[in-house]
Amino acid sequence: MRGQKDIFIVADNIVSPLGGTTAENFSRLVAGITGVRRQDRPEMADQPFYAALFGSMDGEDLLTEDAAASHAAGGGFTVFERLLASSVADALHQAPGIHPADDRTILIVCSTKGNTHLLDIDDHTPAERISLPGSAAVVARHFGFTQTPIVVSNACISGLLGMITGMRLLRSGLFDNAVVTGADVITKFILSGFGSFQALSPGHCRPFDRDRDGINLGEGAGTMVLSTRREYRHGLRLRGGAVSNDANHISGPSRTGRELGDAIEVALREAGCGAAGVGFISAHGTATAYNDEMEAKAITLAGLNAAPVNSLKGYYGHTLGAAGLIESIVTLASMREGIVVPSAGFETNGVSAPLNICRSLLRGPLDTCLKTASGFGGCNAAVVLSK
Amino acid sequence: MEYITGSCVIDGEGGYKNEKKIFSFAAGSSQPAGYLPALYQHFNWQYPKFFKMDNLSRLGFAAAELLLEGWETGAYQPQEVAVVLSNANSSLDTDYRYTQTTKDIPSPSVFVYTLPNIVTGEICIRHRFKGENAFFLSTGFDPALLTRYVGYLLEAGIARACITGWVEWLGEGFKAALFLIERKETAGAVPFTAGNMDRIFKISMPCE
Repeated sequence: MRGQKDIFIVADNIVSPLGGTTAENFSRLVAGITGVRRQDRPEMADQPFYAALFGSMDGEDLLTEDAAASHAAGGGFTVFERLLASSVADALHQAPGIHPADDRTILIVCSTKGNTHLLDIDDHTPAERISLPGSAAVVARHFGFTQTPIVVSNACISGLLGMITGMRLLRSGLFDNAVVTGADVITKFILSGFGSFQALSPGHCRPFDRDRDGINLGEGAGTMVLSTRREYRHGLRLRGGAVSNDANHISGPSRTGRELGDAIEVALREAGCGAAGVGFISAHGTATAYNDEMEAKAITLAGLNAAPVNSLKGYYGHTLGAAGLIESIVTLASMREGIVVPSAGFETNGVSAPLNICRSLLRGPLDTCLKTASGFGGCNAAVVLSK
Repeated sequence: MEYITGSCVIDGEGGYKNEKKIFSFAAGSSQPAGYLPALYQHFNWQYPKFFKMDNLSRLGFAAAELLLEGWETGAYQPQEVAVVLSNANSSLDTDYRYTQTTKDIPSPSVFVYTLPNIVTGEICIRHRFKGENAFFLSTGFDPALLTRYVGYLLEAGIARACITGWVEWLGEGFKAALFLIERKETAGAVPFTAGNMDRIFKISMPCE
C-alpha cells in the first residue's frame, strides 16, 4: 500500500489508579509502582480480590474540573462517561489545534462493557441510558463534536480496534483528525463473570510466568489524538494495524497462535517494517495459562522471539476495552523516554516458546514497537507504532 | 468496485433472501425466542452448538446460514473474509440474563455471551472465516459507516469479501440484516452503496 497517508499522534492521556496524565502514569511505572491492590469491597465480592481500582466506585476522584462542571450543570454523566470525559479533556488540552467542532474531526469511543455498573445498581435503567452510543453522544456533546461519534465494542481488542478504525478513516480521507478514547469500569458484573470462569488470580497476576494463575482486573481510560495534518509530522506515528479471528472457540484462544501471528505480520507489512526492525513488544499478557501460551507462539511464528517483551497487566490489571489504548500510550512514552518498564510478576519462563521478557528497566532508543491484544470471540489485533 | 452479492433480512415478520421472502413467522404462535429454534428445524440445520447460543448469536447464525447457502467460499482464503457487524444495544439482552444469575450462582455459559462480538466469533467458527473483524454500535442502522469502513477494507486489499450488517436482539424485538460484499458483479448483485443497504434493510417495512 504505497503512498498511504502518515498518521501522526498529536496527544495522548491515561487516567488510571496510577495517575491522571500519561506523564504521571509513566513516572509511577518507572518507579515500579503497581495499581493492583488487595480490595475489600463487599459490594462487589464476598471475598477480597486483587485489582487496580479507583479509590471509590462513585468515581468522584476522577473528575477533572471540566467534567465536574458539566456534572454540576446537570450533565448527569455516568461513572463511565466521567472517566471518558476526564481522559478526552486532558488529551484535547494538549492539542489546541484539534477542534472537536471541525467536521474533519471524528470522535471514536471504545469499550468492552461501558455502563455495566448501572446493571449492578438496579434493573430499571432504560436501555437508552445504558447504551454505548448514548454515552458517546453525551461525551461528544460535552466537548462540542459535530460529527456523530463512532463506537467500537469488540471485547478486549476494542482499544486497538478503535485506533485501527481511526487510522483507516483518516487514510481513506474522510477525516483529518480522530480522537480515539476508551474506558472500562470494573463492576460486580464483570468481576463475578471472570470469577465464574475461574480466571481470576488469587494474588498479583504473573504474565508469562511458570506460576501464573489468572488475571487481575483493572479500570481506567486512555485517549489518543490522531491526525494526518503535516504540522504534526514531528510526532510519533501509528504505522499499521490488523485484526484477525481464530475461528476456533468463543472463550479460548487458538492452540497454535497462527491467527494472532498473521495479524502481527499484516500490521508489520502495512508499516513497511520487517521483524528485525521491531525494538519492543507490548504484549496482551493477561496471565491466564492459555492466552500467554498462545501469544508466545504467535510472537515466535512472526519471528519476533528475540525482541524485548513486557505485559503491563501487573501494573494496571486487565483494563478490558481500554487496555489497547492505555498500553499503546505507555509504549509511546517508552519511545519518547527511551525506557521500557519490566514485566511485573515475571520470574521463570512458563510458555513453550520462550520470549525475551523484560526483567528490569531497559534503556536505549526505540524506533518501532508492536502492541498486541486478543479477546473473547476469538479476536486478535496488532498495531505498529514508530518514530 | 464493490457489490452487494447477497443479502438476508430476518425480523418479526419473517425472512428475506436476496430481497425475496423465503419464510414467514406465524404471528402470535410463540414468543420471539421460540422463532429461531423453529427456523433451525424448518431448514434442518445440523449444528447442535446452536442450542448453546444466546438469542443474539442464534439470530446472527441463522442470518449467516441463509445468506451464505450455496456461496462458493472456496474462492477465498479464510483470512481474506472479514466480518463487520453492528447494533444499538450490544449484548444487553444477555447482560440482563447474566445479572439475574449473579443473584444465585454466576453462570459462565451465560457470561461468555455478554459481548456483542460473540456472534461474530460464532459465524467465524461456523464458516471458518479468519479475516478482519469489527463490531460497531450505533443508535440505528448506519449504512454510511459500514459502506465507508468495509469499502476501505476491500479497496485497500485488507479483505476480499466481507459479511456485514446489523444483528440486534433486545427483549421481544429483534432484527438481522446481513450483506455479502465482494469485488465482483454476480447475477442479481447491486452496487455496494448506503442507499442500497438501507433499501434492503427496510424491505419488510410498509412503504411510507
